[in-house]
Amino acid sequence: MKLGLVFRIGTIMLLAVFLLQPDWFAFVFAPMTKNGQPAIYVQNSLLSLTISHLLIVFAATLAASAVAIGLAIAVTRPIGREFLPLSRTIANAGQTFPPVAVLALAVPVLGFGTEPTLLALFLYGLLPIFENALTGLTTVPPQVEEAARGMGMTDRERLWQVELPLALPLILAGVRISAVIAIATAAIGSTVAASTLGEAIIAGLINSNLAFVAQGALVISALAILIHDGIGALERRVGRHLIQG
Amino acid sequence: MIEIEHLSKTYDGRTVVDDVSMRIADGELVVVVGTSGSGKTTLLRMINRLVEPSAGKVSIDGVDCRAIAPHLLRRQIGYAIQGHGLFPHRTVSQNIATVPGLLGWDKAKISARVDELLSLFQLDPAEFRDRYPGQLSGGQQQRIGVARALAAAPKLLLMDEPFGALDPIIRARAQLDLRDIQRRLGTTIVLVTHDMNEAILLGDRIAVMDQARLLQYDTPRKIVVSPATAFVGELLGSGERPFRLLALQPVRDFVEPGMAEGQPIDANSSLRDALEEALWSGRKAVPVRDASGALLGRVTLETAIRQAAPQR
Repeated sequence: MKLGLVFRIGTIMLLAVFLLQPDWFAFVFAPMTKNGQPAIYVQNSLLSLTISHLLIVFAATLAASAVAIGLAIAVTRPIGREFLPLSRTIANAGQTFPPVAVLALAVPVLGFGTEPTLLALFLYGLLPIFENALTGLTTVPPQVEEAARGMGMTDRERLWQVELPLALPLILAGVRISAVIAIATAAIGSTVAASTLGEAIIAGLINSNLAFVAQGALVISALAILIHDGIGALERRVGRHLIQG
Repeated sequence: MIEIEHLSKTYDGRTVVDDVSMRIADGELVVVVGTSGSGKTTLLRMINRLVEPSAGKVSIDGVDCRAIAPHLLRRQIGYAIQGHGLFPHRTVSQNIATVPGLLGWDKAKISARVDELLSLFQLDPAEFRDRYPGQLSGGQQQRIGVARALAAAPKLLLMDEPFGALDPIIRARAQLDLRDIQRRLGTTIVLVTHDMNEAILLGDRIAVMDQARLLQYDTPRKIVVSPATAFVGELLGSGERPFRLLALQPVRDFVEPGMAEGQPIDANSSLRDALEEALWSGRKAVPVRDASGALLGRVTLETAIRQAAPQR
């Protein structure tokens, strides 16, 4: 636990220092360059790329969460239950499209830039959240449901006071999976001119500059690990009382 | 008073409750006993409209239950179930506060009520208020479940196998506590069980159900002495009838003046306990003492044997 905390704070500090003063780390990346290539990507600042990367991921995950949770709630109500198989199919379809394919298909409609990336990340993020929310909402212990009904909760009160709080750890786990996938996948967005850390990686690949590739990849990995860890901690916090004796 | 009139429930042509009528007086503890699939739970759940009757009606104090929206009706009726169904994400006090919260009581009133109920169930409020259900023993969870059902001081409490998940020693204690609390609060209770011992121990009246029908609705004594059908007799266990009859009679009613040797028994225990004590220790009579320990007289083996036979 102590060690984990040290590791977390260390990662955050290191990442922050690197993004604010990338030149300080030039000596680390210099050995990866050839023929006097620059060691640090400066076309756009790594900091602004990181912020824009995170904003895209945040927006896409937020939208995917809202839609997926809303859908899961709708199909677990008596009135929407018959749409359960259909909604599963749709969410599954979102996951089977490779993100690159979504990007390619979206560009003619939405143009180059951030929009097709947002769309791809949104579609890609739906399924894990939907599946987890569905599992959470449908596995509330029957006695707990029975007690809630027997005490006179309305359907809405049951949803907000019992079902959602009990499903929350699972829903958060779905959000975590989606967010981590989105962090990684957003990099591909730079192929259609979205401003993400993928830009550094692509520039590196084009110019055979391994240092650029490493910078982009390392920052993306660090973000993915931190987000995974952060949401994981939140899950444990909200779930700590849910083990029934 | 609760009046159940010609109540029936049919699922896809299969009748699970068939034309049941019964009256339950205020403050009575009625036990509905039957095997699984007898329709007893469905009968109970029709009282608070967790199941809508196919025919017949239930009225409480003259008000037809169909006249009240189901969720509002349920807030007036306590409901405790097997395995307690406590909300695992809420503390003990939040669990108990469920119905008062739904009814919009103010905070101070709710928290006073929570502490009052915890004390009533012999749980120290300071210690238990902020615990989560997962941090409680089975017996404590069960008590919180009943406390939660009683939180808004309902006049009627429905209980579906409330002690089913408890081990025998804790169950015996919980049964006595329930009896005690019911006497104190004057709550009308309808309790469903498959256990005839529990029915006889707790019930002011017992309703025996089998295959969707109410076979007999009577006092425990009548049920034991003259079972209406062979099935009721079977449920009682034929070899145990005299002892069940003795178990219904408190020693206090049969004390006679005189002395006896050995360990005294409590006046509130049953003739069955007195008989056991006398037989086990080889005595012809057992001294009787009251709760304070003062000797009241004795009860004889002869009395116990005489009372073991039904007087018609």
